[in-house]
Amino acid sequence: MPDEASSGQVLEGRAMVPGTAQGDVLCLDEALSFWGGLDPETGRIIDRHHPQVGQSVVGRVLVMPSGRGSSSASSALCEAVRVGTGPVAIVMAEPDEIIALGAVVADELYGRLVPVVVLAEGMDRLHTGVRCTVSDQTVIAYSDNRS
Amino acid sequence: MTLSLSERDTERLVGSEGPALALAMRVVTRVADAMEANRLLDVVGAHIDSCLFTGMAALDFADRLADDGARVSVPTTLNVSSLDLLHPELSLGDPEERRLALRLMERFEEMGCRPTWTCAPYQLEERPAFGEHVAWAESNAIVFANSVLGARTHRYGDFIDLCCAVTGRAPAAGLHLDPNRLATVVVRIEGVSEDLLNRDVLYPVVGGLLGPLAGKAVPVLVGLPARVSEDRLKALGAAAAATGSVGMFHVVGSTPEAPTLEAALGGRPAGTEIRVGPDEIRTARDRLSTTSDVGLRTVSLGTPHYSVAQMGRLVELLGDRRVHEQVAVYASTGRDVLHEVELRGWADRLTAAGVQLVTDTCTYFTSIIEDTSRTTMTDSAKWAYYAPGNLGVEVVFGSVEDCVESAVAGQVVRDEGLWANA
Repeated sequence: MPDEASSGQVLEGRAMVPGTAQGDVLCLDEALSFWGGLDPETGRIIDRHHPQVGQSVVGRVLVMPSGRGSSSASSALCEAVRVGTGPVAIVMAEPDEIIALGAVVADELYGRLVPVVVLAEGMDRLHTGVRCTVSDQTVIAYSDNRS
Repeated sequence: MTLSLSERDTERLVGSEGPALALAMRVVTRVADAMEANRLLDVVGAHIDSCLFTGMAALDFADRLADDGARVSVPTTLNVSSLDLLHPELSLGDPEERRLALRLMERFEEMGCRPTWTCAPYQLEERPAFGEHVAWAESNAIVFANSVLGARTHRYGDFIDLCCAVTGRAPAAGLHLDPNRLATVVVRIEGVSEDLLNRDVLYPVVGGLLGPLAGKAVPVLVGLPARVSEDRLKALGAAAAATGSVGMFHVVGSTPEAPTLEAALGGRPAGTEIRVGPDEIRTARDRLSTTSDVGLRTVSLGTPHYSVAQMGRLVELLGDRRVHEQVAVYASTGRDVLHEVELRGWADRLTAAGVQLVTDTCTYFTSIIEDTSRTTMTDSAKWAYYAPGNLGVEVVFGSVEDCVESAVAGQVVRDEGLWANA
């Protein structure tokens, strides 16, 4: 798909944890607490109060308004990355240090970097299913109807 | 913004004091960068949540630091773990996981942490003073330290809690800094009956309402009675931190940085103002229950860990009654509180009445509850929020009075009048 790069929408934000990744978006309507909200065995959302309960974050670019809740969210994210059930990147509208921390430690322990980006604008471009790439502070969203 | 480091920070970062300090400094500085901090500051204490076994990653990290000889450099307390070491027979969990959880606990003790095993370190004799910087993890402890004690901690998560304890350093950012402690959201409680305002049960419900409203913002509550007790603020904060990301709140007339609304706002106008009345309170209370099944099997109390006063209230409510034979009642607390409860003779009375005391851990993530087929009742909004996802239980939220009456009756009984006339 040689035209993808040119058809992509470039969104600029702030890199909390710089790095590169690529994947399809899973967009959450509400903030998710990884601890108690995500099953690290399966990568599925288990928070029964969450609108996307049952969805899998595995290999996705996880897009959500913010992080939430427990201070174990960092180790829950790190554990999911260790097991291989984590997202490949996380894009949030608001900064969350506990999520950034989980990503930093997963990198320190396992050498697997999950970039974390904060986007003040353009979150509405990142619907579930949209393919995107993350490169430090830049998120490129490609069109939904890709071949 | 560039992070400037002290000479010693830099020395440690390059490994002059060994690999453990280098790793700890790397985590602190990478997170400081993520927070856009321009410097680090000294902390006088730490409270560690990483001692809860959440998977191999938790143990891998502790092993890495402990194997490299890491020691905490400031007084450090430990949060709940996944095991009750004083009552090991309660654990129904997988033996291999128990072994790993125990190993994790040992590694933290090796690194010089105090084996306090409580989510309520603010109930220990020594607690941070007003204005002191600390690095606390565990969302309910963080919100209590900031809001009720006036100590200063950002919302630290697993791993960095240990790194701050080892280095004695933390990012100068977030809730450590004056401007970020001021309220931006005003929540006015209006039209709620005097009766409900003076009941414990209102406070976790208000917290559960506050979490989603405030998100990460610092809210200030207006309209609650003056000098709300620490136990009520504890329940409020725990619920707000679990259901939102609240790291600090103010209650005008009760919390130390909010003698007045103007002080809590720092003289600025409120960004958002929200009014909360009896309807919203009732809705928030209903949201904490997942079932109408009155078939009660379990009652879980003590999330966060009960204080001495709360244990006393439980003793008083039970009187000379016993809990129903089909109901298991758990009351969780810290070892220090348990010691006091034993000295007062309450532990024997509670045990005789059929209450199982739980220490070191909490019943919403540890496999202790035997029968999850019917309803579990709790007086904790935090427990009600997390347990259905973690344990697959159906929950009914009620006051501690409701919980005790239900435990004795063997089925869910709630005082609906209190809410009908809210």
